[in-house]
Amino acid sequence: MDLSYTTEELAFRDEVRTFLQEDLPNDLSEKVRLGQDLAKSDMERWHAILNNRGWLAPNWPKEFGGAEWNAVQRHIFEEEAAMANAPRIVPFGLSMLAPVLQKFGSKGQQDYWLPRILSGEDWWCQGYSEPGAGSDLASLKMKAVRNGDHYVCNGQKTWTTLGQHANMIFCLVRTDPDAKQQEGISFLLIDMNTPGVEVRPIILLDGTHEVNEVWFNDVKVPVDNLVGEENKGWTYAKYLLTHERTNIAGVGFSQAELASVKRIAKAANHNGKPLIQNPAFAARLAQIEIDLRAMATTNLRIISKAAAGGAPGVEASMLKVKGTEIRQEINDLARRAVGPYAMPFASEAIEGTNDMIPDPYEAGPVAADYFNNRKLSIFGGSNEIQKGIIAKVTMGGGR
Amino acid sequence: MKFDLTEERQMLQDSLRRFLGDRYTTARRNEIIDSETGMSAEIWSQLAELGVIGAMFTEDQGGFGGAGFDIAVVFEELGRAGVVEPFLDSALIGGRLLAEAGQGEKVEKVMEGALHLALAHGEPGSRYDLNHVETTARDGVLTGRKAVVMNAETADLMIVSARVSGDVADQDGIALYLVDKGTDGLTIQGYPLLAGGRAAEVTLDHVRGTELFGADKGYQALADVTALATVAQCAEALGAMETATALTKDYLMTRRQFGRPIGTFQALAFRMSDLLIEMEQARSAVINAAGYFDTDQRDLYVSGTKNLMGRAGRLVAEEAIQLHGGIAMTQEYELAHIAKRIVMADHRFGDTDYHLERFIDLSAA
Ligand SMILES: Cc1cc2nc3c(=O)[nH]c(=O)nc-3n(C[C@H](O)[C@H](O)[C@H](O)COP(=O)(O)OP(=O)(O)OC[C@H]3O[C@@H](n4cnc5c(N)ncnc54)[C@H](O)[C@@H]3O)c2cc1C
Repeated sequence: MDLSYTTEELAFRDEVRTFLQEDLPNDLSEKVRLGQDLAKSDMERWHAILNNRGWLAPNWPKEFGGAEWNAVQRHIFEEEAAMANAPRIVPFGLSMLAPVLQKFGSKGQQDYWLPRILSGEDWWCQGYSEPGAGSDLASLKMKAVRNGDHYVCNGQKTWTTLGQHANMIFCLVRTDPDAKQQEGISFLLIDMNTPGVEVRPIILLDGTHEVNEVWFNDVKVPVDNLVGEENKGWTYAKYLLTHERTNIAGVGFSQAELASVKRIAKAANHNGKPLIQNPAFAARLAQIEIDLRAMATTNLRIISKAAAGGAPGVEASMLKVKGTEIRQEINDLARRAVGPYAMPFASEAIEGTNDMIPDPYEAGPVAADYFNNRKLSIFGGSNEIQKGIIAKVTMGGGR
Repeated sequence: MKFDLTEERQMLQDSLRRFLGDRYTTARRNEIIDSETGMSAEIWSQLAELGVIGAMFTEDQGGFGGAGFDIAVVFEELGRAGVVEPFLDSALIGGRLLAEAGQGEKVEKVMEGALHLALAHGEPGSRYDLNHVETTARDGVLTGRKAVVMNAETADLMIVSARVSGDVADQDGIALYLVDKGTDGLTIQGYPLLAGGRAAEVTLDHVRGTELFGADKGYQALADVTALATVAQCAEALGAMETATALTKDYLMTRRQFGRPIGTFQALAFRMSDLLIEMEQARSAVINAAGYFDTDQRDLYVSGTKNLMGRAGRLVAEEAIQLHGGIAMTQEYELAHIAKRIVMADHRFGDTDYHLERFIDLSAA
């Protein structure tokens, strides 16, 4: 066992650092640092820069135009990118749909859709959840009825992240209403510009427009857009979920956010001294740092194992739970650290207030982030669902 | 010992709960939050008529309450309904400081709902330290900057703390002044707050004020009114937590996944039970703070209560959201606002850690 980076890994890290120094635009990293909302064009710009370097799809095999990095390389990149305040990569096309297409899609689908994901021609969103089907995803109701060379789709998806920017959505739909729940589901690619698709915004509690409802009213979808076999969609969806969970530990984000909390706590006054010297606060901070350092190693252990061929099963669930708990705790420390300056609200809805938060620490909207990141333990399979999986796998399904 | 409310307090509680339950809907409140002033003048005067403000003052001060339990009853109901109008800052803090200073005429107008006030005390560098004042006063002329001043834009009169003598962190040497809206040299940079309402950064550049408390009395006046405001804030959080737990309990019984109400999953049922247990603790803590208010143990109980409410509040807000799932993350759903009120209460008058430390000091003394 050796926790230090090899010479090659160190060289790779330097390469990443240099790239971030030279190619990450200042205005983008400033926006991320100050917690400002990124415009669609900001995200597209960063994707294009990464794509130009061949680094947009670290997890894809080389044959599809990916970087095919190993676990350690991916970890290094995520950590460096987060510390440099790089925008986060929008995952829906790159790390959710692409692995499914690569494994289950037809050659024609791979050749057509994958390059468009890299080039940014398509912006994908994920249409899984419905009002009545959250944790119990298999109870989904959106219908697709085969009619000659197309399907006719009716129903509603919800919580669709960044659906307002998307032109494409991958959906789980019910193609066999008589089969057992999991067996009548198919995986469909739907063009959002088709007549009958309507996107309605949902405003989250921090004022952001991040998610949407997507309604389907007699939407015609070519049969060619069915991925894999009809009624086998559940298998593909589960495959996708394991990918969704692998980088959900968010180690890089936690490290960046922890560094920011420390910076604030050194600047903030508490009883005439820096807050970081306050025993109660310092203890909270130290404990979370201890946890994070351990979790970073757990993360590496698990992804190395997955890279060596082991499927990230129950460990992915563990990482999801611990990773999100740690991140949420750091968000809590950040809002504590700024004291009364947690209260002002810079909403994207209120034009121009973004740079008006007057706090002396340039902390950004830490309280809004604290609330927004409550989502981390709800989506991607809630933490309760993950614990259910851990218990089921390790104790053989006994309740 | 008696744990029932007096008849008058019970009546006030009932009428407030009825009025706010009918009028203060989520949609109405969201409209108010998005409005320019961040408050409703109509709601303000209707609540004043119901006696909300009068209950904050003693009979000597011209009101009909003013004790710890009067404050607790009023603010618990305001909290239950997630009211964003600045009763705490304008009426209670501002009004009680004026009353303490013997400004009876102005207090009368406050009780009628006709005079709006703001306390400009905290500064960018003070965080929660009450004694930290950099703003200076020379012959009644004030210069400095005040941070996150609640209700600054709406206030007709601002009460401003300034240092007449001593070091930045000395308790002695802080005086309080009255400053009229629109006085030369006064700049107000307003912004909305995450949990509703508005505040501002206030800059004073040679602003003329009228002395309200001299340099030997200012700190004590601030400490007294802050203690009272902390009780009010804790009661408000308690009311909001009641709403959060009630919404969560209902949702657990009605939301179905996997063919059954999610509240039938023991993993969730136990967590709901934990919330209910903590709610009893929270209620008792607020009763302690209100009941010991006029004793020499006031500060010990105020700090202990604020610490407990910070812990229980965070638990309730976070768990209520988690047990709901995605729906609680949406602005349209009542819980979203309520959860923000609960957590933001931790950022006023000293947070959980601040009051833990203060409790340690007081209880060791
Ligand atoms: C900000 C945000 C973005 C999202 N983005 C997307 C997206 O892009 N695409 C998409 O398809 N979906 C998305 N989702 C939806 C997300 O996947 C769901 O919110 C999630 O599956 C939970 O479903 P639910 O909200 O309906 O809660 P519910 O399933 O109703 O759960 C409510 C509570 O019950 C618990 N629970 C449920 N079942 C059990 C059980 N058996 N045992 C114990 N506890 C249980 C849950 O953990 C939760 O605490 C997003 C959600 C959010 C909040």
